[in-house]
Amino acid sequence: MFLARTHLGELLSALRDRGYRLIGPRERDGAIVYDELSGAGDLPRGLRQSCGAGEVRLERTGSPRCFAWANGPQALKPLLFQPAEPLWQATCDDSGRLRFEAVEPRVTPTAVLGVRACDLAALALLDRHFLDGAVRDPHYAARRAALLLIAVNCTHPAATCFCAATGDGPEARQGFDLRLDELDDGYLVASGSAAGEAILADLPLEAATDARRQNAREAVAAAAAQQTRTIPPGDLYDALSRQRRHPRWEAVAERCLACGNCTQVCPTCFCSREQEQPALDGSTSQHLREWDSCFSEGHSYIHGLVIRQSVAHRYRQWLTHKLGGWHRQYGRSGCVGCGRCIAWCPVGIDLTEEVHAVLGDAPDA
Amino acid sequence: MPCSGTPRMPERGPPLEAEVVTRVDESPTVFTLVLSLTDPQAHRDYRFEPGQFNMLYLYGVGEIPISIAADPERPGLLVHTIRRVGRVTRGFAALQVGDRIGLRGPFGRGWPLAQAQGRDILIVTGGLGCAPVLPVIRQIIHHRERYGRVAILQGVKHADDLIWRERYHQWAALPDTRVLLAADVAGRDWPGHVGLVTALFDELDMDVSDCLTLMCGPEPMMRASAERLLDRGASPDSLWLSMERNMQCAVGHCGHCQYGEKFICRDGPVFPFSDIAHLFGEPGL
Ligand SMILES: Cc1cc2nc3c(=O)[nH]c(=O)nc-3n(C[C@H](O)[C@H](O)[C@H](O)COP(=O)(O)OP(=O)(O)OC[C@H]3O[C@@H](n4cnc5c(N)ncnc54)[C@H](O)[C@@H]3O)c2cc1C
Ligand code: SF4
Ligand code: FES
Repeated sequence: MFLARTHLGELLSALRDRGYRLIGPRERDGAIVYDELSGAGDLPRGLRQSCGAGEVRLERTGSPRCFAWANGPQALKPLLFQPAEPLWQATCDDSGRLRFEAVEPRVTPTAVLGVRACDLAALALLDRHFLDGAVRDPHYAARRAALLLIAVNCTHPAATCFCAATGDGPEARQGFDLRLDELDDGYLVASGSAAGEAILADLPLEAATDARRQNAREAVAAAAAQQTRTIPPGDLYDALSRQRRHPRWEAVAERCLACGNCTQVCPTCFCSREQEQPALDGSTSQHLREWDSCFSEGHSYIHGLVIRQSVAHRYRQWLTHKLGGWHRQYGRSGCVGCGRCIAWCPVGIDLTEEVHAVLGDAPDA
Repeated sequence: MPCSGTPRMPERGPPLEAEVVTRVDESPTVFTLVLSLTDPQAHRDYRFEPGQFNMLYLYGVGEIPISIAADPERPGLLVHTIRRVGRVTRGFAALQVGDRIGLRGPFGRGWPLAQAQGRDILIVTGGLGCAPVLPVIRQIIHHRERYGRVAILQGVKHADDLIWRERYHQWAALPDTRVLLAADVAGRDWPGHVGLVTALFDELDMDVSDCLTLMCGPEPMMRASAERLLDRGASPDSLWLSMERNMQCAVGHCGHCQYGEKFICRDGPVFPFSDIAHLFGEPGL
């Protein structure tokens, strides 16, 4: 079906009428971020984003399109697995007795507009981590259940994108409630769930013409063809483990600042640390969970000893886990090809380049 | 708490309140807390497997993993032997009988007791490493006839670090049970060997290629022991080790305890050597 551009606002109203808080892309401080939208006017219309290793720039084009760019630094991860949140609270009475209560997450039904294929793939991985293991995370679970996802197929990948190589994009194939293909004059709309179907019923849709369908198909195919970065396919755990002493780990460590930006922007990195935050009057203490990074010294600390002492150990850990360990833990790579770690690394370290170098199969060598 | 009705995956929840019912000073830096859950139902229902651990929470300070050193046949009395090393353990060291803390657990996979039946058992521990195997030793004592010969080898740096001298003495008196001690630095009256625990293998009268070995302690000590035992024909899947890494959540979510592809909190802390041979002893993993 086809939704004319002039009716995009009606999609947003239909979501709002159903009680959803609307989150979507908008421009802020020179980047495109996902945040609350008050209407279609907040969308990054006519913006193009160019990314290289360690750089992100926005440009204005005259285009009426709102999704002609690839991705911002964050998308779904912080909405579900929050950067910092209390898990439970302890109360201590005058006699020293303790009472423990779970801190219930505050959950609002949330619709996210403009979800990319790579982000859907990452979400499926986070679901496996937080929901499908032996123990579920109730905070993630509650927010996940209240999420409605409106995907947009990518037509303008960034130079840092390599979702075609990981097989996760640029077309969103599953995990969405609604999916859009953006054309100059409007959107092809498809539903992927009963909730999505119900929303479609409220919209002034036209039949999609063959020409529009072909146009959309070609745009996605071109987006895939445009990508230049690659990553070796399959489970790299054994291959990378065989290269534990490769000099490249030391070489990348010379450049790496161990800032952890890559793990923050990575849509699948799930590490967290826990901390107490006692109230000033001493009567309660909140147990907080915060994002952590395997690049931090504290991550591998056990009394009197840091296991991963050097930055080389930490970079090796991150890459080996992402491209190998994940296969053993969750049945697929932890990398979905979004390229964020490349774009947002302050020194421009590129994991695709590093993995090819370590495995000795540099594509253009 | 999960409500009755639809079966669900267990959810991560807050700790339960536990009371210190006994406190014993084992050495100037090591102490034992016996805890009891204050909720009568939780107290009655608590069960654990030897080798599992609890997360113990000190109000306003933090939560840490501590092995369960209790008697599996008296699971309501939660024994934890703790070395004072940093923030949280220092706070625990100051606790007195009647004080309250938080407890989540038990977590992880313990020792392969089912495989131990009818076999000779070699227990190699170093430092405080004896605490996590204490429930196994208790189990063996309760059902001595179910197991073959037992050898308990304990190594310490300084003779003064040895806790539970009296206990080792009692164990040595059990039928078909040997206790061998080693200290790098011996003091006066040191009854054992001077040197590394690995030197004690020469004194063993059991066939290490056929026994079940349980190991716990500092990694270099376990590494040296594993190497010697493998050299002597021990099979990699009859050699079991208890591993330690930073742990924040104990439920496989926080990522801190990852060891290669393993989550130590969930897949361990006890592993057969064969499962971790590709990781063990490698710096920075
Ligand atoms: C499965 C398991 C069983 C254990 N059993 C025992 C036991 O029976 N008795 C005992 O005395 N100790 C045991 N430990 C070690 C104990 O958890 C640490 O000594 C303790 O966490 C140190 O906390 P701290 O705040 O006093 O030290 P600090 O040095 O101040 O550490 C700060 C924080 O780092 C983390 N941390 C530090 N060391 C460790 C460590 N070794 N393991 C995991 N996290 C750590 C904790 O979050 C800790 O709060 C065990 C560890 C594991 C993983
Ligand atoms: S690779 Fe780049 S972003 Fe990642 S920790 Fe190193 S410097 Fe930071
Ligand atoms: S302790 Fe958090 S994942 Fe194991």
